[in-house]
Parts: sequence; C-alpha cells; structure tokens
Amino acid sequence: MKTYFLLAWRNLWRNKRRTLIASASIFFAVIFALLMRSMQEGSYDYMVDASVSMYTGYIQVHAKEYWDKRSIDKSMELSQTRIGKIDSVKHVTLVTPRLESFSLISYGNVTKVASIVGIHPELENKMTDLKSKLISGKYLTEKSRGVMIAKGLATVLKVGIGDSVVLYGQGYHGVTAAAQVEVEGIINFTLPALNKTMVYLSLDYSQWLYAAPNRVTTISIMIDEAKKINEVHVAVRKLFDEKYEVMMWSELMPELVQSIEIDNAGGIIMLGILYVVIGFGIFGTVMMMTAEKTREFGILISIGMKKWRLSYVSFLESLFLSFIGV
Amino acid sequence: MALIELKKITKIYDDTAVPVQALKDVDLIIEKEEFTAIVGPSGSGKTTLLNIIGGLDKPTSGNIIIDETDISTFKTDQMIDFRLHNIGFVFQAYNLIPVFTAKENVEFIMLLQGVEKEERERTAVELLTAVDLSDRINSKPTELSGGQQQRVAVARALASKPSFVLADEPTANLDSVTANNLLDIMEKLNKEHKMTFIFSTHDARVIKRAHRVVTLRDGAIESDVITDNAMANAN
Repeated sequence: MKTYFLLAWRNLWRNKRRTLIASASIFFAVIFALLMRSMQEGSYDYMVDASVSMYTGYIQVHAKEYWDKRSIDKSMELSQTRIGKIDSVKHVTLVTPRLESFSLISYGNVTKVASIVGIHPELENKMTDLKSKLISGKYLTEKSRGVMIAKGLATVLKVGIGDSVVLYGQGYHGVTAAAQVEVEGIINFTLPALNKTMVYLSLDYSQWLYAAPNRVTTISIMIDEAKKINEVHVAVRKLFDEKYEVMMWSELMPELVQSIEIDNAGGIIMLGILYVVIGFGIFGTVMMMTAEKTREFGILISIGMKKWRLSYVSFLESLFLSFIGV
Repeated sequence: MALIELKKITKIYDDTAVPVQALKDVDLIIEKEEFTAIVGPSGSGKTTLLNIIGGLDKPTSGNIIIDETDISTFKTDQMIDFRLHNIGFVFQAYNLIPVFTAKENVEFIMLLQGVEKEERERTAVELLTAVDLSDRINSKPTELSGGQQQRVAVARALASKPSFVLADEPTANLDSVTANNLLDIMEKLNKEHKMTFIFSTHDARVIKRAHRVVTLRDGAIESDVITDNAMANAN
C-alpha cells in the first residue's frame, strides 16, 4: 500500500508546474467558496440579529394562543420571579415585557389603526435601541402618561409634539380602552411597516389603559450568541408549563426564514456551479495526466499490474492533488 | 518438455480498412533454457508473435500452451495474473517507472506478487548486483544510461521468477559495448540460472549469440536454425 502511495505522490511531482497550477486552482476555488459562504452565512446572522434587535428578540414567551389570535384577552400575568428565572438562564442578556394591542388613533378628522405597545422604556431601549430612533420630543419613562408615535403615522395624522391624540380600542375582557394622550416623542423607523403603525406607551400606563393590571402579552428575550438559541429555548421552555408558548425568532418571523432559505438556495446553486467548474478543471488535469501515461499504463499492465491497481494509483493522485489545493 | 507450444497461430488485424494477416498458421515449440532469437524484416510478424507468446495480444485462431496451460482462452485479469507470475518482459525503450529508483522498479513487480518486504529488498539487491548495478540501486532511471536502464529492466524481468523472459529489441537503443555487456549478462543468466530468453530482434549482435534463430517472413516461419552457440553452450 505504501508503494502505491509513493508511486502516486511521485507521479504527481513529475510535472511540478502542472501540479502547482492545478492545486492553485483548487486553492482559489476553495478560498472563493469559503469566502462566499462565510459572507453569506455572516449576512444571515447580521440580518437575523438586526431583525430581532429591531423588535421581536430571539425568543418570545406568550400565553398559549396569543400569537395566533393577537388578543389582549390572551395576555398573561407578569411574574417578576419568572422574569428573574429567565434572566438567570445562561446566554440570556435581556428580558423585556410588553403589552401589545391594536387601537384606533385619532387626531382631528383623521383616524388610523395603530399597533399599541406598552413597554418598559429602559429595557426596551436596551433591546431595540429605541431611543436612538427618537427624532423629536422626549423618550418615555416608566411614569410617562403620553405616547411616542412613529413618524409615518404622525405625518398621516398631522400631529406634532404636545398635540393630544385619542386612543380608542378594546381592553382586557372587552373593557373599552379610550384615552386622550399627549404626543411626547416622534420616532423614525427605517421599516415602513413599523413607521406607519407603531405607538409606544409606558407599560404601567398601557396596563391601566387596557384594564390589564400586571398583565403582559409578550416577554421578549435577547441572547448573547445566536447559535445558542436552541439551548436557551429548551431552558426557557422548562420554566413555563403548557399554558404558555415559547417561540424562537424563526417561528416569529417565518418570512425572514423564507428569504434566507431562498437566498441560501441561490448560494448553494452558485457553489454547485463553482464546484462543477473546478471539478472539470481537475478532471481535465487528471485526463491530461492519464493521457500522458497511456503507454506507461500499458507497460504496467503488461508486467502484471491489474487495472484496479492502476485506477487506485490514479485515484490517489487526484486525491493528493485535491488535498494539496485544499 | 516444451515450455512454449504454439499451434496453428493465425493473427489477422481486421480493424484496418484492409485486413492484415500478421501470422499464418505458425507452429513453434520452445524448450526450457533456450536462448532464441526471432528475426525477420519489418512487418514479418515477429513483434506480433512475441506479443502473442506474452499474452499481450490474442491470436485470431490457434492455441498457445505454456507450461502445459492453454492461455488462448484466458480472460484479461487471468492473463495479467499469468504474466505476472510466468513471464518477464524486457522492452526496447526500457520502460522503467520513472519516479522509482532502480531498486524500487525491481521490487515493484514482487510487490504486485505479494512478496514480503524483506524478501523483496533482498532479491532486488541480488538481481541488481547480478546485472552489475550494485552501486546504482538508489538511482532513478533519469540518472542512468540507456545500458544501465536496460540492465535494470532485465533485473525487473527476472524479479518475478518467471518461466521465461521475452525481450523485444532489447539492444536496439544501445551502443555496441553496452549491447554486448547486456548480452553477456543475459547469456550468463541463461547459462547459470537456466533462464529461457526469447528475443525479437534485427540486431546482428543478438543473432550472433542466439542458440536458435527462428526467421519469420510474411507472417510464416521461413527457417528455424539451431546455431553453433547451442552446441557450445551444451558443451
């Protein structure tokens, strides 16, 4: 066996220049493939990180059925003990509660549907960097009784800082939730869907408005390493019984998963094409090496070397060539 | 007892526009320990005959019996195995494995036979010493002269302990001194080791030393002569 390895290895170096060129082409193909894949994978991580940091977080906890029905009636009681337990799970960096609902928002003769989110201002800022999106007015505090409104919505309603808007919706268990609140801040989202709908209140005030004291619809969780999400998901899941749903970002944003999958498929096809091109390059080199040695093969067969042994030596040569390149 | 027996060997190459009959009903018996030259002008069929004896080519009809085994019907792998264990080859162009040293070239054929490493090494050194190359065992073919390469080829041919050696124009590329040295070695191996040699050649130097000269013309044996060398050798 050693002799076959030796024969294949030495054969490879009979034409050093060709071997080096062939290995170089493999080397550059591998480098290119690695770079392409790394950039692609890196961009997915970045996309996911940017998306989860924008609003959802890596993991969310809801009361069962909330995600499907999006009703404040499917909210859950906020337990500080549970929040503390989630906080202590390894890799969890931040936990923030939200009370989310939909209401009509009016100013003058204009009425729109808005997504109302009650937040813990400080924690929300840590998670979504919300304060940096504030373009006028002031950021909410825990005691705020006003709202921060997205720029797009403010433009449609034609409201500015200090104006009062009317919120009108349905609170917990059918209670009417209506209030006249002052616009304290205007925030600008790059995502149009958010810019046209988002209205923020402090968590305390939203719980009062929706008659849902100490209740939240969502606990949003951030982690330090995206790759640890499964581990964290399992650990958080253990903290809640079946009356709760613990969802990962991939369940919360299936459209993002889909776009990544589509892009990834494109990348894999490109990679496949690259490997086919390189494969033909190597095949050409091996063909040339084989053609050059046709006479030698004949001699080896005539002295008693079986064809499978010749194939084995040729296979070893190709293998070595690939390994050198890789 | 006959070492090689050819019975009514006919070879027709019909893959050309006009089929060519290279051998016509050739009958030939070669005994053990012979030192035979197959001679004839170009196109007379001597290389074809050598190839058929060596199992490198198949006859269109007829039988080849070597050591009482009819090899005419052997399949490819069977034939390769048979060659490996029974026939040594020496080619005009030496045809050594260029990336191997002299010793490795000689060892390689024993490796194919499955001989143990120690025995391979010992035999290779012995054979290279027998062909006066003990000082060049670690040289690669490119570092050897034509005559030295051909001597390595002879050592390689003998390494498998064959029943006979087929040598196709072994001296064609060598100068007189080198050719004579090589023939000396082959004669010595024939005499001392009882090795049968069959040459295909035009070379007068080989013909002069042959114990038997078989002359082919147009694919048929024109003459088959036992020379004085055979008598001298017998004495």
